Amino acid sequence: MELLYSIFIGPFVEMWDLPDFFIQVLWEGFVSGVLYSLIALGFVLIFKASGVFNFAQGIMVVFAALSMVGMYELGVPGWLSVILALGIMYALAWSVERWVMRPLVGQEDIILFMATIGLTFMLIGGGQAIFGGEPKAMITSEIGLPSGDYVWEPGGGIVIFQKLDIAATVIAGLLIAGLAFFFSYTKIGRALRAVADDHQAAVSVGIGLNQIWVVVWFAAGIVALVTGIMWGAKSDVSFALQIVALKALPVLVLGGFTSIPGAIVGGLIIGIGEKLFEIYWGGLIGGGTESWFAFIIALVFLLFRPQGLFGDKIIERV
Amino acid sequence: MFYREAGQFKTTYAKDLQAFPLTQDKIGMYIWGIIALVVAVFAWNDWGILGMESGFAMKAIILPTLIFTITALGLNILVGFAGQISLGTGAFMGVGAYACLKLTTWFPDVSILIHFILSGFVAAIVGVFFGLPSLRIKGFYLVVATLGAQFFLEWAFGRVAWLYNYADSGAIEVPTRTLFGVPVTGASADVVAQYLVVLGFLAVMTWVASNIIRGHIGRSWMMIRDMDIAAELIGVRPMWAKLSAFAVSSFYCGVSGALMVFIWLGAAEVESFDINHSFLYLFMVIIGGLGSIIGSYMGAAFIWIFPIALKEIGKGFGFNATLMENISLVAIGVMIVIILIKEPHGLARLWQVSKQKLRLWPFPH
Repeated sequence: MELLYSIFIGPFVEMWDLPDFFIQVLWEGFVSGVLYSLIALGFVLIFKASGVFNFAQGIMVVFAALSMVGMYELGVPGWLSVILALGIMYALAWSVERWVMRPLVGQEDIILFMATIGLTFMLIGGGQAIFGGEPKAMITSEIGLPSGDYVWEPGGGIVIFQKLDIAATVIAGLLIAGLAFFFSYTKIGRALRAVADDHQAAVSVGIGLNQIWVVVWFAAGIVALVTGIMWGAKSDVSFALQIVALKALPVLVLGGFTSIPGAIVGGLIIGIGEKLFEIYWGGLIGGGTESWFAFIIALVFLLFRPQGLFGDKIIERV
Repeated sequence: MFYREAGQFKTTYAKDLQAFPLTQDKIGMYIWGIIALVVAVFAWNDWGILGMESGFAMKAIILPTLIFTITALGLNILVGFAGQISLGTGAFMGVGAYACLKLTTWFPDVSILIHFILSGFVAAIVGVFFGLPSLRIKGFYLVVATLGAQFFLEWAFGRVAWLYNYADSGAIEVPTRTLFGVPVTGASADVVAQYLVVLGFLAVMTWVASNIIRGHIGRSWMMIRDMDIAAELIGVRPMWAKLSAFAVSSFYCGVSGALMVFIWLGAAEVESFDINHSFLYLFMVIIGGLGSIIGSYMGAAFIWIFPIALKEIGKGFGFNATLMENISLVAIGVMIVIILIKEPHGLARLWQVSKQKLRLWPFPH
């Protein structure tokens, strides 16, 4: 009885009693949800345009942020280090297309997926060899990100909004809007959508597959850099982020692999869900549930709707 | 000239169906058997093996390679033969290891060999449970499901103190168990006995795996892998095929996990079963060759020995160990991409090609 109470009633009583704390938890969950969405967005971009499930997106986030901080430590000014990091991501996109994707065109999906795992190892080894394995502090103020916080006091309670988190949300929103605009209204964007729809048909109307892939991987690289900056500002830039970034996978499962709105909604659901669960229910089973909650939710969800919330229906033929 | 089937006639069906139809292959297997025993003799007498001190060769190279070969066999059954990708191998090995610890604590008098096998069955049950989603989903979605298993089990290993007998260190502490009076686990274990135990497990499990794959179950796995809908239409039951693949694969992983902790590591924390290890095992299977038993051997040996060799070479040139570790990560990554581009069927395929060449040598036309 006690147990049932603490599972089904207790947490809600707690939420009702301390609404400001509840809002705070919601907000924290929302912010980490935004970051999950951003990583998932990187996956979706590449998956849509090339059908490649890019396992390396997580390490790309770390790599982008590390190369930016690394540049800064070499004495490059903050704004320039951002641009240089973008340049590195472009070089990465180009080399991936040239030496990994192009020779593997037309292979099975699973082969391409495994190739990106190989790429992950290259980036981990290379990143650690160049920048060292220790966590680095993100250069927040040098690139113009705000610090400090706003305090909101609804009815005697206290809710703290970090300015950094607000900035992260706004920037993520702008990035998504920018990508949506790019996809819908530019020539390259239309070409991208054509490639996503049907590789062969796109090639036959004169769209250069290789160039498109460079663009897509670069776009994913930009998303990775933004994610890396935001995430690095919240904690440090370290290779442990790469494991956290795997949570983008359940986000994708929730949202569907091919849907950008799905990635966003899925990320928010996972982010808020796991925070609420950890705070209000986690204590019952020993805490630390954030490492697996997202995956188990995705697993349960998959059993009922295998194509995700917004994904295309999977049709199979013999 | 020396390696061809000319002149070897089969007069019965049994002869035609045997595992090694060529006399030369049979001789090759005998040679391997002799090498395995020679290694045991060397370790027994503390002679060096291939220029290394025998204790180092055993503990750092031979034992882990043999144990990981069992893991690779298990994972290859799931990924290579049944086509279900799993990133939860490390956790399934952990299930085996923790199960073995609990079993040997409850029944200290029962032979540790029986516990190794039983812990494989425990892992099989857990594997089937986490394999259930594969009935509805496949491909990348299944990757997510198995990652769920990985993270959930990892969390449980760290949090549930009952699993590691409430040890203060939070780690598995392996008790000493003997076999015919010779200690095989724990601090005072005899390395030759350990080697023979692992070798025995590997030999028997390879034999079992090759026969399962040749038979009815193995064929249904391969049909599911190649096209599940078509397989279902011609009468393969997908549920049985998929779940049996998960069960057999997890059994292999569980046994190898128990062997890894009890015989090789001697003590293990959660980190021994983490996601990076799962990747490592997947690489063994990819590099060795998906859907090949000999490939599991080659892949496990390659992935395990290559970084060690690279580190030793680097030491010779005076590079520091961390740098060499990172270089070996990059090298493994590059090699995976190259192998996927040049030879998606892995080292096993290269072996086959070279056998074919050898058959025609020295007159290739």
